[in-house]
Amino acid sequence: MSQAFAPDVKARELIAFRIGQQEFCINIMAVREIRGWTVATALPHSPDYLRGVINLRGAVLPIIDLAIRLGLPSSEPTARNVIIVAQIGQQQIGLLVDAVSDILTLNEEHIQPTPDVASDLVKTFVRGLLPVEGRMISLLALDHVLPDHELEAA
Amino acid sequence: MNKTVLTVDDSRTMRDMLKHSLLKAGFRVLQAEDGLDGLEVLKTEQPDVIVTDLNMPRLDGFGFIEAIRRHIDHKSMPVLVLTTEVDSEKKSRAKAAGATGWIVKPFDPVKLVDAIRRVAA
Amino acid sequence: MDPMEEIRETFFQECNEQLGELETGLLHMQAETQSADTVNAVFRAVHSIKGGAGIFGLDGLVRFAHAFETTLDSVRCGRMVSTPTVMLTLLRAADVLADLVHAARENTIFSEEQTSGLIGELTKLNQESAESSLQFATIVNAPAPTLAPSHAHNWQITFCPHPELYAKANEPALLLRDLRRLGEVEVMLNASRLPELHQIDPDGAYLSWTIILKSECDEASVRDVFEFVEGDCDLSIIAMPVSTDMPDEPPAFFEGFEFFPSNPIEPVPILPTNEKLEITAKLDNSVAKQDSATTATIRVDLERVDRMIDLVGELVINEAMLSQRVLEAGIVRASGVAVALEELENLTREIQDSVMAIRAQPVRSVFQRMPRLVREVAAQTGKQVRLLTEGESTEVDKTVIERISDPLTHMIRNAIDHGLETPEVRRASGKPAEGTVRLAALHRSGRIVVEVADDGAGINRNRVKAKALENGLINADATLTDDEIDNLIFMPGFSTASAVTDISGRGVGMDVVRRSVQALGGRISISSKPGIGSTFTLSLPLTLAVLDGMVVTAATHTLIVPLGAILETLQPRANDVHPLDSKVRVLSLRGGYVPMVDVALALGYRSEAIEPTRSVALLVECEGGSQAVLLFDTIQSQRQVVIKSLEANYQAVPGIAAATVMGDGRVALILDVDSIVSTSRAESPRIESMRAVVTLMEAS
Repeated sequence: MSQAFAPDVKARELIAFRIGQQEFCINIMAVREIRGWTVATALPHSPDYLRGVINLRGAVLPIIDLAIRLGLPSSEPTARNVIIVAQIGQQQIGLLVDAVSDILTLNEEHIQPTPDVASDLVKTFVRGLLPVEGRMISLLALDHVLPDHELEAA
Repeated sequence: MNKTVLTVDDSRTMRDMLKHSLLKAGFRVLQAEDGLDGLEVLKTEQPDVIVTDLNMPRLDGFGFIEAIRRHIDHKSMPVLVLTTEVDSEKKSRAKAAGATGWIVKPFDPVKLVDAIRRVAA
Repeated sequence: MDPMEEIRETFFQECNEQLGELETGLLHMQAETQSADTVNAVFRAVHSIKGGAGIFGLDGLVRFAHAFETTLDSVRCGRMVSTPTVMLTLLRAADVLADLVHAARENTIFSEEQTSGLIGELTKLNQESAESSLQFATIVNAPAPTLAPSHAHNWQITFCPHPELYAKANEPALLLRDLRRLGEVEVMLNASRLPELHQIDPDGAYLSWTIILKSECDEASVRDVFEFVEGDCDLSIIAMPVSTDMPDEPPAFFEGFEFFPSNPIEPVPILPTNEKLEITAKLDNSVAKQDSATTATIRVDLERVDRMIDLVGELVINEAMLSQRVLEAGIVRASGVAVALEELENLTREIQDSVMAIRAQPVRSVFQRMPRLVREVAAQTGKQVRLLTEGESTEVDKTVIERISDPLTHMIRNAIDHGLETPEVRRASGKPAEGTVRLAALHRSGRIVVEVADDGAGINRNRVKAKALENGLINADATLTDDEIDNLIFMPGFSTASAVTDISGRGVGMDVVRRSVQALGGRISISSKPGIGSTFTLSLPLTLAVLDGMVVTAATHTLIVPLGAILETLQPRANDVHPLDSKVRVLSLRGGYVPMVDVALALGYRSEAIEPTRSVALLVECEGGSQAVLLFDTIQSQRQVVIKSLEANYQAVPGIAAATVMGDGRVALILDVDSIVSTSRAESPRIESMRAVVTLMEAS
């Protein structure tokens, strides 16, 4: 049967969100949707930052508590929390954050390298820093957020 | 506006490969599985170039090209045939049927795009 | 996935389809029921594999496919008659082609010797016809055409298109544009032949061009630009010294220049002209399509189908939620709302069934692989075997099809190796020398049943019993029915190393077959009659997308236990519960002992084990037929659930098989009974010793 395809289009927009006092951002192209918090079903034998799984229109979506993942103070999520549904490779995951704060347009040269003084945890997850109107926003390396296999075995 | 290429091949592998190379080069890609399917596409679409295989079920590449050349709306549509190096007789037959040019299989993506640019207005 | 990886994956998928077509086609040819279409389809299958292999640089595969294709082409053109000898060679070539494809997929090396012999045979078959397949190699390695090396830096090109050039949709302007990529060009148009407007033939060719190209390129590069229009124009390309703007000599015309070095004729079937006309006629009436050989099918991305199944699954859930709300709202059952809701429910189920049917495929693709297997095993064992297949068009979910291939392969090997007797023995017992293996598929009460039957000697019960005794599977004084003895062959540890033969051995026994069938939610059974033969019967669910489950509560969590694994529901009594150690307790049940597993504890939902007498217990059957008792807090209900993968977006979770979405929209986990029992077993060495007791109990 005949089919049609359109060529890829590139965009350089970022979505910024808040966890506690800190701001982070990820490429908007990776974001599928943003939704409110719903109670997740816990998975046995899973790392602490995995809040469980929720039903996203028939698909089972794992929810990662980014605060715990990034080693920041976290609290029990409420209806005010937000889940950012992101695409990483073939998988979709939900990122639990406090709130979405901004949409930014980025030029590669705006990204500053992460300073050496940063902790290992930060260095693992942060690809670079973006100064925006006096604020500092960390660009997250999304592909590092999923549990790696050593952690899961523990 | 991106140029549109209609690829006609009964092999899914070949269609995927063409699609991959052409999308990367910025073309819009239409696909058909054989000559008849290709003619169906031409009822509603006006591609800039057609790339077609020769050996296909139902309606082969030769018949497909002849049908295109007989059609008032499509007669000036460039058609490139996919052929293997040894098929020089097939190449002349395709040429006689009205093929604009050819692409030698297994194709090199750069040459594929070059050949298309050579015939597409 | 990397797009090239994906295309590679598509290629191998397509190869498998083509190999299936090839096998079927060749078998039709062998049975002399072929038509021109069959031979064409067979040819195309090999041709297509060759084309794809070229993309991925699989040279060995290309070489073999080419030799194969050349021979098939001779048959197609009637230059070669498909005698039984020819057909056998072609069938063997199909087998080797399948091996080559497999090797390429697994990235394993397939030695040249394994193919060169057959290539030689194919070539020999082909010798009567005009060319030999070896030409391909020579042509590929032929040096590039030698064109006069150029020292000049300027070219004068005269280009005069013929009407044919335009008729084939070539465009002089584009060629001139292309020339500009080689260097600076000066173009002079010669319009002297252009007639008066009213005399112009729209299909005529009146213009010509002279181009001066300032470039350091060689003549081949210039000629390359005009590659497509050779023969459809007058073209001269003349080198000029850099200093002058004009050529030293008058332009010469190159006519019919042949760019390609050799002219190896690949045979081309000459289609009768009326056949083409027929096609054209169809086109003009725009009725197209209806070729009797092709059924009206469409190819759809599996992803789209699965997405639809997801959506329908969600519809089912939403419908359940709505029903629940209506009930909660206290609306009377006979009211209009309730009646409409019931209709909605029926519709939803119907949609669900229809969508599931999209994933269903005929078992043909698996059955198609079996004739080759039978040929091979027959040759290895020296037995004469006829394979009968029935119900090839019986449909079942695609994943079920993919996963029954291995068990079926094993069962057929087994049927020939262990089931059928040698021709001598058969003759001596008054049977035909040729044994029969029957492979049949049919639908029965919402499941698919696959039977593998042989007309061999049947199960030798004395030998089976002796072996079970020897391996400690049964007690010496056990009295077993015939059926029980036959079923011993499914016990883990029955097929020990000493019993492994080259053919059916391969390190796996019938217990592995049973386990893989159970993993699909299926059952396997055997019936055997001495001297008449044995029949293995597989019964499998039609889909893996839904599952019948028991909804239970473990601590505060809702879990689903697959109904297929549950033997019965129990209410443990205090004096039946015996502690084995501080952690493990067993339940005495009809004279045996069965280990108990507190599921909530095993999954980490609580830290203290539940008191068995205050729990509900499910007696389950695990891999290898062993039993265990799972403890839960309560049983909620029994229902059909839609299976959702955890791995799609996350990863496998120990103890959990999959997930589903409940009526309240929340995710509930589906228990992996085997994994939860075996994990508990591994954690408690004393349970290992229990196995012997349990096994004994089952066997007696």
